[in-house]
Amino acid sequence: MAESEEIILGDLDRRLLRYLQAEPSLGHAELGERAGVAASRVTRRLARLEEAGVIRGVRAVIDWRALGYAVDVSLRITLEKSHPRAFDEFLNAARQVPEVTEIQTFLGRVDVRLGVIATDLAHYQAVYRDRILTLPHIADIESLMTVATVKADEALPL
Amino acid sequence: MIELDETDRALLAALARDARLSAAALGRRLGLSQPAAWRRVRRLEEAGVIAGRRLELDAARLGFGVTVFLGIKLAAKGRASLEDFERAVTAIREVQRVEHMLGLYDYRLRVVARDLADFERVLRRRIMTLPGVGQVEANVMLSEERRPGPIRGTACDPAGDRGERARTTGGQAHGSE
Repeated sequence: MAESEEIILGDLDRRLLRYLQAEPSLGHAELGERAGVAASRVTRRLARLEEAGVIRGVRAVIDWRALGYAVDVSLRITLEKSHPRAFDEFLNAARQVPEVTEIQTFLGRVDVRLGVIATDLAHYQAVYRDRILTLPHIADIESLMTVATVKADEALPL
Repeated sequence: MIELDETDRALLAALARDARLSAAALGRRLGLSQPAAWRRVRRLEEAGVIAGRRLELDAARLGFGVTVFLGIKLAAKGRASLEDFERAVTAIREVQRVEHMLGLYDYRLRVVARDLADFERVLRRRIMTLPGVGQVEANVMLSEERRPGPIRGTACDPAGDRGERARTTGGQAHGSE
């Protein structure tokens, strides 16, 4: 984060990013129409934002439920921090588990959160026992299951 | 449920990394004609496997230096209060994600803010004043990695080609650089 310098956005940049956040597949002509500028100007602005590293890209969002992964669990993990390489070794091992979809580290009561998916509870049980509990340096785990996702746009309040 | 073959999985993995790839570019990569690649993408969209596309912005460069995960317990339970809470919490611009949970607390929130002072303002003015809010636990995010997930295994047999998967996923360990 240290090397990421803050970019000052103009009014047009902000509007374009807002439209794109809401509908990432909008074309430059459509964006220009909404913002009231020529498509060529949109193209130049977006190229600049991409060069500046503000726009990292567009990713397809996979709905794992549609692929049969009905179970979505949040594991909140505390590590044995007395070991100097505990974080690195834990994270490296967690990356090798295919069912782990997200890894976050925190400052707070919890050290690491893993998002884990499974096809059903039996599969989850197997992943949990064979792949999660065997990860190194775990001091404590709490599990929460996602019942419903109420909001997931992850948009920035620009 | 939709059945995926190897080509579908490779296609999905490519689009999860870069959804702006054209059907022609995808086709070249996977040895398909452009119309064949396009048909496969359409099929994945229609089956809901590709739920949508997300613009990825660098939050720090845009001045949002702090992301906090909140665990919230509702004080007064009951159907009515859940709906009131959900309606109010989704309207908060700084709240990026809301999940209803089963476990230690009732809701998991992902909140973005300019800095800790800004986060405190959002917490005190917007979150703590939500209808029915009880105990709140905050964890400040230090780092985040999105993993590709079990795309390369088959849905019903996630213990597929583990060696291959370990190599491919290991190569993009820090996807957020």
